[in-house]
Amino acid sequence: MKYKTLLLTLSLLACSTAADASGFGSLFSHKGVKQVDIPLYQESCGECHFAYQPGLLPERSWKKMMLPANLENHFGENAELPEEDRLEVLRFLLEYSAEKSFYKRSIKIARSLKADQTPLKISEVPYIKRKHLKIPAKMITGNKGVRLLSNCNTCHSKAAEGSYDDDTVFIPNFGYWDD
Amino acid sequence: MKVAILLALCFFSVNAIAASNAITEMLTLYQTEGAHDFTADGVESLWNKKIRSAADGSERSCATCHHSDLKLQGTHFKTGKIIEPMAFSVNSERYQETKKIKKWFLRNCKWTWGRECTAQEKGNFLTYLKSQ
Repeated sequence: MKYKTLLLTLSLLACSTAADASGFGSLFSHKGVKQVDIPLYQESCGECHFAYQPGLLPERSWKKMMLPANLENHFGENAELPEEDRLEVLRFLLEYSAEKSFYKRSIKIARSLKADQTPLKISEVPYIKRKHLKIPAKMITGNKGVRLLSNCNTCHSKAAEGSYDDDTVFIPNFGYWDD
Repeated sequence: MKVAILLALCFFSVNAIAASNAITEMLTLYQTEGAHDFTADGVESLWNKKIRSAADGSERSCATCHHSDLKLQGTHFKTGKIIEPMAFSVNSERYQETKKIKKWFLRNCKWTWGRECTAQEKGNFLTYLKSQ
């Protein structure tokens, strides 16, 4: 009996240590936002703009953005989708939304939002706003090579891989960003 | 080298055939919706016709984003994104899927003209674009 208990304890200990190790390991390796994609997402959204990772906004934002009436006026553009595509894209966005993610940037995005905030623009997420405060307007809105803060991948050279680190930022007409 | 050229030619013609089939399919569909006798006549002036937007008062036409010369790239007026040419002769790739044709007629008719296009208008436009 004693032997069995010891064995059980030891195996439980081994399991939890392994889980901890992978937990810590993944916490450190998950730096940006999770890079996920489906062909329909590229086709439906990426045809016009950078295919923003679902982990850049919380679930409630995606739900609101993907309402048929809102897609009809998508920041001034018509982005209507056939109903089956709309539902499929929405399902994809919700599956990987910010609050479900273990990636560093997604966690910070979700945490920076108050419960009653439902931003439709990623550039209005408090964390994203704060991270871009120091960058002068002449480098973004006043820069013909950038124009809008929403063109993430224009400066974040690894954005398509889900990496938004400072040292991968290259601002057209200005060069590498030095914080 | 010759083989490569031949392969490239095959590839382009396969693309063009797929695109041509998709356009034929769309024209047939428009006919079932009551349209008939599609013509490219007059589409060029419609392409450049400016309509004032009820949303923001801006003047919008197809050429605003697609360029008035269909063989050239256009630029999205707001995002600056490059839009590949519309002329079938230089870019048949964009006409390969009926789903894509439907999606963009819906989005762009409503954005540019503030309403959906009729089956007749869409058929005439496709006929014109194919002839370019």
